[in-house]
Amino acid sequence: MLRFAKLPIAIFAVLIIIFPWVAREISAISHYTDIMVFAGIYSLITIGLSLLMGYAGQISIGHAAFFGIGAYISAILTVRYGLNPWLCMFIGMIIAAVVAILVGAPSLKLKGHYLAMATLAFGIIIYIIFNEEIEWTGGPDGMSGIPGLSLFGFEFDSVVSYFYLVWSFVFAAFIFTINIIQSGTGRALRAIHTSEPAASAMGVDISRFKIFVFVYSAILASVAGSLYAHYLNFINPSTFDLFFSIKLLIMIALGGMHNIWGAIIGAGLITFMSYEWLHYFEELEVIVYGAILLIITIFFPNGLVGVPGIIKDLVRR
Amino acid sequence: MNDVREENLLEVQGVGMTFGGLMALGNLNFKVKRGTIKAIIGPNGAGKTTLFNVITGSFPPTEGKVRFNGQPIEHLKAHSIADRGISRTFQTMELFDNMTVLENVMLGCHTRFRASFIASGFQLPQSRRKEEQIQSRAMKILKFIGLDGKFNEPSDSLPLGEQKMLEIGRALASEPELICLDEPAAGLNETETHVASSLIKAINAKGTTVLLVEHDMKVVMNISDEIVVLNYGQRIAEGTPEEIRNNPKVIEAYLGSDD
Repeated sequence: MLRFAKLPIAIFAVLIIIFPWVAREISAISHYTDIMVFAGIYSLITIGLSLLMGYAGQISIGHAAFFGIGAYISAILTVRYGLNPWLCMFIGMIIAAVVAILVGAPSLKLKGHYLAMATLAFGIIIYIIFNEEIEWTGGPDGMSGIPGLSLFGFEFDSVVSYFYLVWSFVFAAFIFTINIIQSGTGRALRAIHTSEPAASAMGVDISRFKIFVFVYSAILASVAGSLYAHYLNFINPSTFDLFFSIKLLIMIALGGMHNIWGAIIGAGLITFMSYEWLHYFEELEVIVYGAILLIITIFFPNGLVGVPGIIKDLVRR
Repeated sequence: MNDVREENLLEVQGVGMTFGGLMALGNLNFKVKRGTIKAIIGPNGAGKTTLFNVITGSFPPTEGKVRFNGQPIEHLKAHSIADRGISRTFQTMELFDNMTVLENVMLGCHTRFRASFIASGFQLPQSRRKEEQIQSRAMKILKFIGLDGKFNEPSDSLPLGEQKMLEIGRALASEPELICLDEPAAGLNETETHVASSLIKAINAKGTTVLLVEHDMKVVMNISDEIVVLNYGQRIAEGTPEEIRNNPKVIEAYLGSDD
C-alpha cells in the first residue's frame, strides 16, 4: 500500500523549525534562511507539479505562467488598487484556477509531446503578456513597491518571519497532497498514469481528474507567486520565463517525480545551486543544469529519492 | 436502478462500426439475457474486441443502439457506462502495474465509493471511513479469486494466470450487473484454464451476467448458456452450445468451405 511514514515528516518539520536558529549561529550560512524562503516558494510549485507529472503522468512546461499569474495579480491589485494582500492572493488562486481550466480542458486531451508543446506555448504567451501589457504589468521593468504581508497586526517584515510563513504553506500543501495521494483520488491518478483505457473502464472520469490535478497544481503555483511578490516587493517578467518552467522540471526530475518528497528535495537543491553554489559558473550555469538533467534521467530515473533503493538492491546482490 | 427489470440486460441493436473505410461491425443484433453467460466467438478479426469496445464505451458505434437495462448507452463515455454497471477485462492485460494487487482491486471500487478531492485532501473522517470500506471489500474479492495471500505484492510480479484472475477481480469490485471478459483463458495452461472457468461460473452463480469473448472452445462450450458467432463483423449464428456445434455456417467460418 502506498503510505507515507509519519516519522520522516515529523523529523523534517523539526529540522525546518530549528533551521533559522542554527543558520543564525553560523556566519558562513547565516544567509541560508533567505535562500530557504525561495526553496519553500519553489517547493510549493513542485509539490503540485509532482502530483501532476509524477503521479498522474501529465507533463507541463508552462507552470512558470501560473507562478507569474499569482505574482502579478498580487502585485497589480495591491499596488494599483490597494487591496488586502491576502484577498489578492485568493483572487490570484481563483484566476489561476480559471485559466488552468480554460487551458487544461482542451490540452489535457493531448498526450505526451503534444501536451508538452501546448503547455509550453501557453507559458510563452503568458510571458509575452507580462512583457507587453506595460500599463498593467510595468513591462520588462517589472513592478516595485509591492507591500509585505501582515496577519492580525503581525507584520512579516523579517526574513525569518517569511521563512516560517512560507514553510507553513509548504507543509499545508505537502500534507494535503499526501492525503490526496493516499486516497481514492490518488489511486485514480496513478491508474490514469498506467492505463487510461483500464482506468476509464473502472469508472474513473479521466478528463475530470486530469483537470482537477492541473488546476490544483496551478493554484499552488499561484500561491507561490503571491508569496514571492510580497517577499521580494518587486517582480519582473524574466522570473516567469520559459527557463523557469524548465528549471521546475529539473527540480522534480532531480528529486524524483514519482515521490512527493522528491519535489521538496529537488526544489531545495536547485534553489541552493542557483542562488549560491553555482555562482562560480556564471553564464555557464545552464550547462550544469543540463548535465544534471542528463545524469539523472540516464542513471537515476527515480531521482535522488530513488537512490536508497538502488543502494539497497546493490547490497542485496 | 430500474423498477421494471428487463429480461434482456443488454441489447445490441443494428450496431455498425467503420474505421475509415473499413467495416469492423455491420448491422449487429443480439441480446444478453439477465443472469446468463453469453459467449461471442469468431475467427480472428471478426470484430469481437471492437464489439466489446463499443459496448463498454471506448468509442461510440457509427450506427445502431446499445441498450443496457432498457436504457440507451451507446453515446455514453466509458466511465459513465462503468457507473451504470458494466465492467470489463482486457485482451491485452491492462493491470495497473505501479500498484499492489490490493490497490488494483481497490481502484475497481471507484464507481461505488467516491470521495471528493477536498474531503480526501483534508482527510475528513468520511473519506477515511470510505478508504476502510473499500479496503475490506477489496480483500473479500481477493479471497473470492484466491489472491488474498498476495495482496501486498506488486501486480506485475504475479504469474500470468494470476494476473488474469486479478483483472477479473478488479472488474468485479464495482459490483457490475454485466461483466465483459475479453479472452479470460488466453495464454493459460490447462489447470489455470480450469480455475478461470470455475471462477466465471461462480461469478455467474452470484447473479452477475457474463459476456465473454474466448477462443478456447472447451471453455466456451462448457460454461456458456448461449453463443453468438461473428465473422467479418456480421452475426452468422446464435444459439446454445449444442446448436452452434452443429451449425454448418460456423464450421465453414472456422474451417473454410469445401469448394
